[in-house]
Amino acid sequence: MIDRPLLSIRDLVVEFTTRRGVLRPVDGVGFDIARGEILGVVGESGAGKSMMGSAVVGLIDRPGRIASGAVLLDGEPIHRLSEEAMRRIRGRRIGMVFQDPLTSLNPLLRIGDQIVETIRTHLPVGEAEARRRAIAALDEVGIPAAARRIDSYPHEFSGGMRQRVVIALALAAEPDLVIADEPTTALDVSVQAQIIALLKRLCRERGAAVMLITHDMGVIAEATDRVAVMYAGRLAEIGPTPDVLTRPKHPYTVGLMRSTPSTLGAGGRLHQIPGSMPGLRAIPSGCAFHPRCPKAFARCDRERPDPIPTAAGAVACWLYDPEDPALSGAGEAEGTAT
Amino acid sequence: MLAFIIRRVGQAVAVLFTVGLVAFCIFRFMGDPVENLLGQEATQADREALIERLGLDDPIPVQYVRFVGNALQGEFGISYRLGRPVSELIAERLPATLELAMVSALFALVFGVLFGVYTGIRRDGVLANIVMSVSLVGVSLPTFLIGILLIWIFAVELGWLPSFGRGDTVAITENWDSVLLTASGLKSLILPGITLGLYQMTLIMRLVRSEMLEVLRTDYIRFARARGLRRQAIYFGHALKNTLVPVITVTGLQLGSIIAFAIITETVFQWPGVGLLFVNAIFFVDIPVMAAYLLLVGTVFVTINLIVDLLYFAIDPRLRFDAPGKGA
Repeated sequence: MIDRPLLSIRDLVVEFTTRRGVLRPVDGVGFDIARGEILGVVGESGAGKSMMGSAVVGLIDRPGRIASGAVLLDGEPIHRLSEEAMRRIRGRRIGMVFQDPLTSLNPLLRIGDQIVETIRTHLPVGEAEARRRAIAALDEVGIPAAARRIDSYPHEFSGGMRQRVVIALALAAEPDLVIADEPTTALDVSVQAQIIALLKRLCRERGAAVMLITHDMGVIAEATDRVAVMYAGRLAEIGPTPDVLTRPKHPYTVGLMRSTPSTLGAGGRLHQIPGSMPGLRAIPSGCAFHPRCPKAFARCDRERPDPIPTAAGAVACWLYDPEDPALSGAGEAEGTAT
Repeated sequence: MLAFIIRRVGQAVAVLFTVGLVAFCIFRFMGDPVENLLGQEATQADREALIERLGLDDPIPVQYVRFVGNALQGEFGISYRLGRPVSELIAERLPATLELAMVSALFALVFGVLFGVYTGIRRDGVLANIVMSVSLVGVSLPTFLIGILLIWIFAVELGWLPSFGRGDTVAITENWDSVLLTASGLKSLILPGITLGLYQMTLIMRLVRSEMLEVLRTDYIRFARARGLRRQAIYFGHALKNTLVPVITVTGLQLGSIIAFAIITETVFQWPGVGLLFVNAIFFVDIPVMAAYLLLVGTVFVTINLIVDLLYFAIDPRLRFDAPGKGA
């Protein structure tokens, strides 16, 4: 079963029941990640990227919950597992890297103890062996003099070094999938590229897949094989990274690309998508993007588009509806003309 | 770090000298010790002889230095009321108070932390809410009322535990008669121990709870969960340790006040400790005893604060690596 995706997310809906109604930060997202693949998840703040990442590993705090849909890890459903069964998956099969390395490490414990604890929680090895592996892990992420630094406390490292420690921790029990939630957002620009390169290299070496959540198009272009674009808790578009970056289909992706400096020639004026992303309490009817969409037409505010398969991906936009002869193909031509 | 310790000890000594000055002033300005000692029948010759003997005709700074010198040697003069050296009286009474305070502090700390962690983890649980509601009683009822209620229930109605005194004691050392080794002694320790510790327990519990809630929201706890660590490891290995700095601060201060303000509990249970000695000293304006008690309490507070400061270093590594020469 080589072809079976490592992680498969199907129509995932995350709901928060509050006094003022039900909120859906993730609303019907679905995609697969293959073994060893690096999938980027991109979108504005509040698009539901992080919430989806947390949902996969069952780390949504109450009152949030997975209302419907499924998460399959290697074909096995994991979204209904008990807390204890889920705990065994976290760290062991799915590792996570969070945004802020300054607050991700427990300030009162030596980094070595945190790594050894993680290894020994998941793998049947003794203290000495776990420590040897911890030193190797630190060495691998590029901590100089790892054998000595293993007994240091987190505050003795710089931000970039701490994120390396965090990556070593996430990979300590050799998971098959790493969910990296904005791993470079809190870092200096000069360090960001190093961290992304490190994450990419380590995962490639181990054959681990990565779900790289970010809002940085540069990171997406540099590191990912495929990219999923999210808007208002929904999947707007997914496809191979070069396709999506150079020939975006969904009008939201088109706007996103035109508002990113790296895709413009020098001196060009940056585009701006009018309006802002809707709040969770006021998601528009039909396609959530239609009030801001330059190509919206009558159908868009009435019916919600499901992702429509394209050559190598999918796009949730009525412009690409194959059953609508008047529009089929026309949108494609327009979308590519950027 | 050594510089820090030396600085802290220096501050502690300065505080104690100030407390000593206050105690000395009580001697000087609260009533006339000569009058108190001699009574109304004394002649002028008697008065002058006593003034000479007590050194009251010396300049005040000289008297202060002598007072401090004596205090450093544990000499606080003679009790007006009992006619015995104050140091002897306190040495006799102190073990009773210390035992009571230790038992109360242990009770407060153990149950405070346990309940605090539990109510912090099970924030919405039924049992946690019951514990929280009951703890309000501990916070809001005055100590003497709790003591009287406990006596009424467990001593008068149920007759399980003695209502006053220390029970049988066993001499551990020459001055130390302990209740910890006899059954009746331990039984008589229960009610005053709970009475004295209940308020502190609820305080520690509420503090641990709120700190736990705070810490459980942090990124490193989230990351620990994302690494699949076991619950116990997260709660006790990662979270609890991060709540300890404020908890130790408060516990230290509370331990000080347990010793210093055992007065009420000792009065309610007629516990023969220094608190009871102090209350009786106030009734009889027994100034040497009051001054000695003041210094004793000052010493206890300063010592505990010093220990608390040093414990911070043991807990939080971030404090240990001060830049060299900083503040020197």
